Amino acid sequence: MSASRAQIVGVGESTYTRWGKIGDITEHALACQAIQRAVEDAGLSMDDVDGLASFAEDRNEAIFLAAELGLPALRFGNMVWMPGGGGGCAAVSNAAMAVETGQAEVVVVYRSLCQGQFYRFGSAGVSTEAPAEPAPPSLQQANSLLLASMGFAMPYGLLMAAAAYALPTRRHMHLYGTTSEQLGMLAVTFREHASRNPRAVMGGRPLSLEDHQASPMIADPHRLFDCCLESDGACAVVVTTPERARDLAKPAVEILASEQGAPKGYGFGPFTNANIADELYATGGCEEMAGRLWAKSGLGPADVDVAQLYDHFTGCVLMQLEDYGFCERGEGGPFIESGALAWEGGSLPTNTHGGSLSEAYIHGLNHVVEGVRSLRGESTSPVEGAEVCLVTSAACVPSSAVLLGKT
Amino acid sequence: MPGDERGVRSVERGSIGEDMSERYFPDGMPPPLADTTTLPWWQAAAEHRLVVQRCADCQATRLPPSPVCAECRSPEFDWKEVSGGGSVYTFTIVHRPIAADQALPFVIAVIALDDSGGIRMISNLVEVECDEVEVGMAVELVWEDMSEELALPRFRPRQS
Repeated sequence: MSASRAQIVGVGESTYTRWGKIGDITEHALACQAIQRAVEDAGLSMDDVDGLASFAEDRNEAIFLAAELGLPALRFGNMVWMPGGGGGCAAVSNAAMAVETGQAEVVVVYRSLCQGQFYRFGSAGVSTEAPAEPAPPSLQQANSLLLASMGFAMPYGLLMAAAAYALPTRRHMHLYGTTSEQLGMLAVTFREHASRNPRAVMGGRPLSLEDHQASPMIADPHRLFDCCLESDGACAVVVTTPERARDLAKPAVEILASEQGAPKGYGFGPFTNANIADELYATGGCEEMAGRLWAKSGLGPADVDVAQLYDHFTGCVLMQLEDYGFCERGEGGPFIESGALAWEGGSLPTNTHGGSLSEAYIHGLNHVVEGVRSLRGESTSPVEGAEVCLVTSAACVPSSAVLLGKT
Repeated sequence: MPGDERGVRSVERGSIGEDMSERYFPDGMPPPLADTTTLPWWQAAAEHRLVVQRCADCQATRLPPSPVCAECRSPEFDWKEVSGGGSVYTFTIVHRPIAADQALPFVIAVIALDDSGGIRMISNLVEVECDEVEVGMAVELVWEDMSEELALPRFRPRQS
């Protein structure tokens, strides 16, 4: 244990449901609930909290939550620029930087999603209803750099994440012979883990490889069960200094190392960028970042006892396995097929909560929550003697990762 | 189009007249969005010219258009017209509609453009059976006039 490294001392969440099922409580009220539970789990009071951090253009701004929760002062309010779920671990990393440099002492990282109250991600915010007063198609003003970039994807119908991430996955299949069955086995493995997790939205719904293969095609090669859930829910983790962590309610988990970012020329990744370097296209884009994470921590893939890998789509997990060095480039399919990711008998038990494919889609912050639980011995699929856990946030977009260690 | 105060002007279609292209996608597809950096690309498209941006200093090509060459950081550039030949780099066959009255499934593909200095672009494959699409397939450009003002480049299997 390092004397200066930040630690995670509390985790909490709301109930997780299918998207649109939480309508009687607002998204920010749900955020407050998760934050309060995480602070309580740590054995701290809301009066101890002086920082809030989130990501993915969170609608629930820290300044308002700080007021709603009655924080004595907001010393640190942080939003990450990695897009979407790519910012989850980065928000934890930024919270760690804040407490390690004295900007704040107790920072809560949170994410809250009530898609039914806004719009469903999978719909990409687009209506398939015919407009009442149709206008001739025309060029429109892009009011942001993201939209100007999307201008080279949207007119061709590239809006759904399921279609965007199908592009690198299809390329991976072409280069290495990766199969739909290998992707399916990953989904089946995570669903099995969810079967023990009472929080998991799909916990009571067993999934077989046959079910996966029979599920409707969404955007080839993505079948329905290659796509993560769309969920309502909130979760939070509490980050503080080792001094403060010493006497708290539960064993702290140390943030051994963290990294965030994107390789040269990556932009928003395959979603809008067809010109990612050839050697990067059929990857999760995380290999360079993974190298920095290992170098910084002095650890390597062989030291990881349990992993919580961002699983928006099965193929993106497969490419992460290669990026982080758990197997050779192109060997992700056979690695999954070997049963490596299974809680029972696997060399790298992965997504022990069921992941976004089977627990809930809280933009991957629930993976950090599970990472903490897996090192505290609180996971519903516990990995005996686990001391090091890798948590990742996204792939195939700018992304982030933290390496957690038992204290 | 809105936003004239930011200097983005309407696109002139040129002399297409009544001779509009075949239609593959419905009017309700998401409209292209442009800013002043990307507008010249769309203006060229409206004239049925497929172009890539080329650094005037180091000749490196790029797409989408951007203010500075990422290789040599020069802000000077011109536009290079490409033939429209290319090959499928990767693709997905989408089974969910994006717009009303859209034919399903449809093909989104990344096309590696010939004589472009190694540029790829996102587009659609048309006039193709979905189960025939494969990585490496040779394709050629076909323009779709979405309206008098807007033309989009799509691709079909190379016929010659």
